[in-house]
Amino acid sequence: MAAGVAAWLPFARAAAIGWMPVANCPMPLAPTEKNKRQDELIILNVSGRRFQTWRTTLERYPDTLLGSTEKEFFFNEDTKEYFFDRDPEVFRCILNFYRTGKLHYPRYECISAYDEELAFYGILPEIIGDCCYEEYKDRKRENAERLMDDNDSENNQEGSMPSLSFRQTMWRAFENPHTSTLALVFYYVTGFFIAVSVITNVVETVPCGTVPGNKELPCGERYAVAFFCLDTACVMIFTVEYLLRLFAAPSRYRFIRSVMSIIDVVAIMPYYIGLVMTNNEDVSGAFVTLRVFRVFRIFKFSRHSQGLRILGYTLKSCASELGFLLFSLTMAIIIFATVMFYAEKGSSASKFTSIPASFWYTIVTMTTLGYGDMVPKTIAGKIFGSICSLSGVLVIALPVPVIVSNFSRIYHQNQRADKRRAQKKARLARIRVAKTGSSNAYLHSKRNGLLNEALELTGSTEDEQHMTKGTSLIESQHHHLLHCLEKTTNHEFIDEQLFEQNCMESSMQNYPSSRSPSLSSHHGLTTSCCSRRNKKTTHLPNSSVPATRLRSMQELSTIHIQCSEQPSLTTSRSSLNMKSDDGLRPNCKTAQITTAIISIPTPPALTPEGESHPPPSSPSHSTNIPTTATTNIVKVSAL
Amino acid sequence: MNLEGLEMIAVLVVLVLFVKVLEQFGLFEPVSLEGNPPGQTKKALKQRFLKLLPCCRPKSIPSLSENSVEDEFELSTVCHRPEGLEQLQEQTKFTRKELQVLYRGFKNECPSGIVNEENFKQIYSQFFPQGDSSTYATFLFNAFDTDHDGSVSFEDFVSGLSIILRGTIDDRLNWAFNLYDLNKDGCITKEEMLDIMKSIYDMMGKYTYPAMREEAPREHVENFFQKMDRNKDGVVTIEEFLESCQKDENIMRSMQLFDNVI
Repeated sequence: MAAGVAAWLPFARAAAIGWMPVANCPMPLAPTEKNKRQDELIILNVSGRRFQTWRTTLERYPDTLLGSTEKEFFFNEDTKEYFFDRDPEVFRCILNFYRTGKLHYPRYECISAYDEELAFYGILPEIIGDCCYEEYKDRKRENAERLMDDNDSENNQEGSMPSLSFRQTMWRAFENPHTSTLALVFYYVTGFFIAVSVITNVVETVPCGTVPGNKELPCGERYAVAFFCLDTACVMIFTVEYLLRLFAAPSRYRFIRSVMSIIDVVAIMPYYIGLVMTNNEDVSGAFVTLRVFRVFRIFKFSRHSQGLRILGYTLKSCASELGFLLFSLTMAIIIFATVMFYAEKGSSASKFTSIPASFWYTIVTMTTLGYGDMVPKTIAGKIFGSICSLSGVLVIALPVPVIVSNFSRIYHQNQRADKRRAQKKARLARIRVAKTGSSNAYLHSKRNGLLNEALELTGSTEDEQHMTKGTSLIESQHHHLLHCLEKTTNHEFIDEQLFEQNCMESSMQNYPSSRSPSLSSHHGLTTSCCSRRNKKTTHLPNSSVPATRLRSMQELSTIHIQCSEQPSLTTSRSSLNMKSDDGLRPNCKTAQITTAIISIPTPPALTPEGESHPPPSSPSHSTNIPTTATTNIVKVSAL
Repeated sequence: MNLEGLEMIAVLVVLVLFVKVLEQFGLFEPVSLEGNPPGQTKKALKQRFLKLLPCCRPKSIPSLSENSVEDEFELSTVCHRPEGLEQLQEQTKFTRKELQVLYRGFKNECPSGIVNEENFKQIYSQFFPQGDSSTYATFLFNAFDTDHDGSVSFEDFVSGLSIILRGTIDDRLNWAFNLYDLNKDGCITKEEMLDIMKSIYDMMGKYTYPAMREEAPREHVENFFQKMDRNKDGVVTIEEFLESCQKDENIMRSMQLFDNVI
């Protein structure tokens, strides 16, 4: 029952008076309204804009936020109004829904913002009225496509990490030539051979030179062997390519059924059939026909050209318009051909010998070609001929704009996708900078905090004041949170650059040392990370690393849990790297947990003496602050 | 020049096209259903000429276009305002606040201020989704439309409701009798009662328990007449109706249901 009609319920109940006298049995009791209160105005304050409505208006839809008791959570006692910290523009539409029973979608509103508001107020989007529903669905679909595109390309980047089987790499190489140089080479080679093959087919038929005997031969027959060799080479390349694709395809059955593979097969079949049936006179006619199919090789270019694919897709999606065009043209052709035939029947030596013969005239006239090989001679013929050409223009002009607009829409969509992908890189870079900025802020504040503690330990308090900068409450709470996480996991956050350096150092220094098979996972990760890195590119420590790598690096810890009997003094960098493996023996004599923060180099003046010589190759170092020996927890920090 | 068959047809086609083009320009009016006064032909001419040009398409519907569309527009733009609140208060037995609530609901569904039969039927059908309530709604409409002008204004609406909800039991019975008496001749015949009964049963729809039988309305009507028709003359007059209803306890009790509707 529509909500607006709820106001007419008293009328409907009153109209039941017509049933009373005819009823044979007594009526049930009517429900009484307990605490019947007067309808009151309630004030809804949405971000400062006040809306007022009757309470009963809102109660029409009891399963939404405003209609149920959920709105009591937003009641402000002081001002006696309901305060919502949301968009007032969208709220207008939502309140109108309660009033009129119809939910409208304003065109200027962003679809995701609108969806969020609807979700907040507990209203299903399906209630949107017919007037706005189509628009809403269109925008939503567009948005979903956009997001799907983004996700897809993101996944493609992420997916480089897991190792693919040989078959999968091959398939990826075939589909995206830009993944590796080999794929690119393959792509260009096949393109080149397609071009060669097509040009060969064309040039074969050109007459070149005369043979004594005054007969002009096409080049194909003159240099038969050369052309045959070229053809063989091309077909071999195509065959190899097809077989490779077939091997690499994730679903062979689907691959065989796809359009491109059919084109491939059709392109190479004539050659093989030609090989099989050599000089058989009967089927040589069919053989000639088969050679025509060689021209389909040109369609193989659609793998290389985005535009061709779009064109093909457009034609497929406009199938109904094309069908309509064809149908209406056929109808018109038949009508006019019949009329012209009978009109021209009387005139002598008329070219319109039969109705099918008139088809040619009609088609040529309707498409405004006008070859002039068939012209009407009688007056009636001329009149109908002119009507035919006028209507031809109309019939053809009607469906064409639809096809054109479809093509334009799909083409622009593709362009937009490419543009978005290009913009995405810049966007992601900016986001990354912001993220690293925030993590750097944490590291910075941590250093400052530790510096404070160090200063406290050493007793100097003069620098304390300017160390405690004005960090906002939120920032300090966030940092506290990260600190708690560090404490929980016994790992610490470090800077990118230093981690890389640590990585390289450990890889360099570990080769001479003997490694026990029971390497810690951490250690293994370190080396594997570095080895992976070294395999890929030779990074400078200052270069930026993709966001994913940063994450993985953050997971990798710099904690070396050392269970060693040596005093903390020897927990220098070099020893950290070298002794990590024995440190991880499960039975530790003394439980000493060292946390190493490897950070940006600090002035060595603050280095306490307890540190053994830092390796000269690394600019960064970690130091110990020897705390009281009784506590077994040594905090290593860099000052 | 002797024209043969097809040539004749060709020439005819050309002539027809020519005439149509002239019609568009308004230079040639073959048959006009309503004689346009000469003063308007010039305006019509200009308008039609302008209509052909794509740039000067008129935004509003010109007054000389189809009149049937115009009629519909007229009805929807007519706005009926009810008499003042005080007058309605005097005429009906509702309080001021009740009238306000009723009017707000009324105006929400019918912004133009009056309800026509189609609207009425549509509103009423929303309360009975399972069956077909259109016939009963028609009877109701005729009962509410006391001045029989084809539309129910707010005054009609509220005066009807006043009788049903705030009137005495006799008033209510009178109103019910008025509802049943389809031709308003003062007595209810068996056919009228059968129509009413059928319309009530129609509202139930198909899915009932026990299943609806064809003869159910007729039997019910027989029952009713047996109860109401004292002198067995085949019609029920107002006196018979009132008398019989006052004797029936069930009916009297059900009449009291309407006290608390608003």
